[in-house]
Amino acid sequence: MAVQISPDSVWVLGTHMTRFARYPDRDLIDLASEGALGALADGEVTVADIDVLACGALFQASGAVGQRLQKQIGQTGVPVYNVANACATGATAIRTVMMAIRAGEAEIGLAVGAEQMGKMGLLGGAATKKEKKVFEPSGRYGAVTGVDGYLGTETMPGVFAQAGMAYAHEHDGVGFEQFARVAYKNHLNSTLNPLAQYQKEFSLGEIMESPMMSYPNTLLMCCPTGDGAAAVVLVSGERLASMPSHVRKRAVKVSASVLTSDPFTEDCQVQPDVNTLTRNAADQAYETAGVGPEDLDLVELHDCFATAELIHYDNLSLCEPGGAGEFIDSGGPFRDGATPVNVSGGLISKGHPIGATGVANVYEITTHLRGEAGDRQVEGATVGLAHVIGLASACGVHILEKAAA
Amino acid sequence: MASARVTLVDYLHLEPEPHLVAQECRHCGARFFDRRNACARCGRSDFAPAGVDGAGELRAFTIVHRAAPGIPVPFVSAIVRTDDGTWVRSNVVNCDPTPEAVKLGMRVQLTTYPVGADDDGTEAVAFGFEPT
Ligand SMILES: [Zn+2]
Repeated sequence: MAVQISPDSVWVLGTHMTRFARYPDRDLIDLASEGALGALADGEVTVADIDVLACGALFQASGAVGQRLQKQIGQTGVPVYNVANACATGATAIRTVMMAIRAGEAEIGLAVGAEQMGKMGLLGGAATKKEKKVFEPSGRYGAVTGVDGYLGTETMPGVFAQAGMAYAHEHDGVGFEQFARVAYKNHLNSTLNPLAQYQKEFSLGEIMESPMMSYPNTLLMCCPTGDGAAAVVLVSGERLASMPSHVRKRAVKVSASVLTSDPFTEDCQVQPDVNTLTRNAADQAYETAGVGPEDLDLVELHDCFATAELIHYDNLSLCEPGGAGEFIDSGGPFRDGATPVNVSGGLISKGHPIGATGVANVYEITTHLRGEAGDRQVEGATVGLAHVIGLASACGVHILEKAAA
Repeated sequence: MASARVTLVDYLHLEPEPHLVAQECRHCGARFFDRRNACARCGRSDFAPAGVDGAGELRAFTIVHRAAPGIPVPFVSAIVRTDDGTWVRSNVVNCDPTPEAVKLGMRVQLTTYPVGADDDGTEAVAFGFEPT
């Protein structure tokens, strides 16, 4: 399918990511600079060509990271948007640049996602206060002390475990082994990705027997914390059409860019509903792009935990309704399956420096569509989808298509 | 010394029998357990208290082995749908914290248990759901 360059379309011109890892000797701006400078060079533009900058770094969201980045790579005076949207922060940065280009305020824009987490350990859930002396109701639930551990769990492995178990309750053929198989696949995929934080294969048995975090998620079924950055340069179709042919050939079309939040559902205030907003985002993206899930050559989806990836097969319509267990058991999302999912190794093994994740997924898809993914290349890929979700919730879906030959 | 009791959260009521009280939207019937500014379903802001059924079904769970410091593990975190259709977040209690003992879809009933006292001797009472 040849994609033409229409003036009102938006394209990925350049992209880059750091390896995800732990960088105790570098700071957040070092990482963001590497991502940004790499993406500019990849797109054969300079910071002087950038009309708008959007920057996402969740744990430093109040730290003017975009402006601090400019002070290292170029203070051109263009508008900067510092964005924060949970684990969808990076996707939100991309979407912010998209909107500026679509609105005609920019021709070329730069979106950067970066995070430095180090060894933060378990996310979600706060330590119970030790100094409490007198029980006095406070907060919106009139709680006299912390409720984590008494009224359910607030840890991320636990919250996403429950989301997976809710799916297991409603559909046959889903259990501990199916969830573990997701992690097996992603660890295996990561051995082909030099940019992954971990690049080690584990057997299904090793995964199931690794320390239990929150049943059914074991340690090897949870993403690590880490550091890293990724960036994309976006360009309007009108501007791209005037660029040299070798640049046009490597450009990748953003056929859909969607951001959703969770609509009200009966259970959404007692357990995060990661499903409805993902379904809504995917449905909108497929309609906008004019492609269906059967057209996708690869998908990078938000596997913060193995339980999450499994339910998103269904949410993104990659399998029959209710058929996520059968889909993984039959090899559908493996590299050689019907729809390869997380060939990068996913968050579980590639890593999840939060602000960078939603940009790194677009880097991954773009790199495959250009045929430049090396050992992990999905041969002949022309259409891909990148998905992220952050609790609260925010969901970003981007569909990308290969340029006309 | 007779010690006073308080509930862990204000939507747990102990008299005459332990039960939960939701804020129910008078317009659309949506139920909430927190202090409300308006209804997340319909946007109106007229609520009435509504007693919640103590019996229900276990709709999702996880067995938590790693938690923040000070929280005893393992414990069973649960999502329960009561027989009147209200969704509740809680723990499963009085049940082994193993996948063999905790079953999706099992029938559960509200119960209460003490979670410690403050320096004045006031005891806090939490709720959980136990298998029936
Ligand atoms: Zn209402």
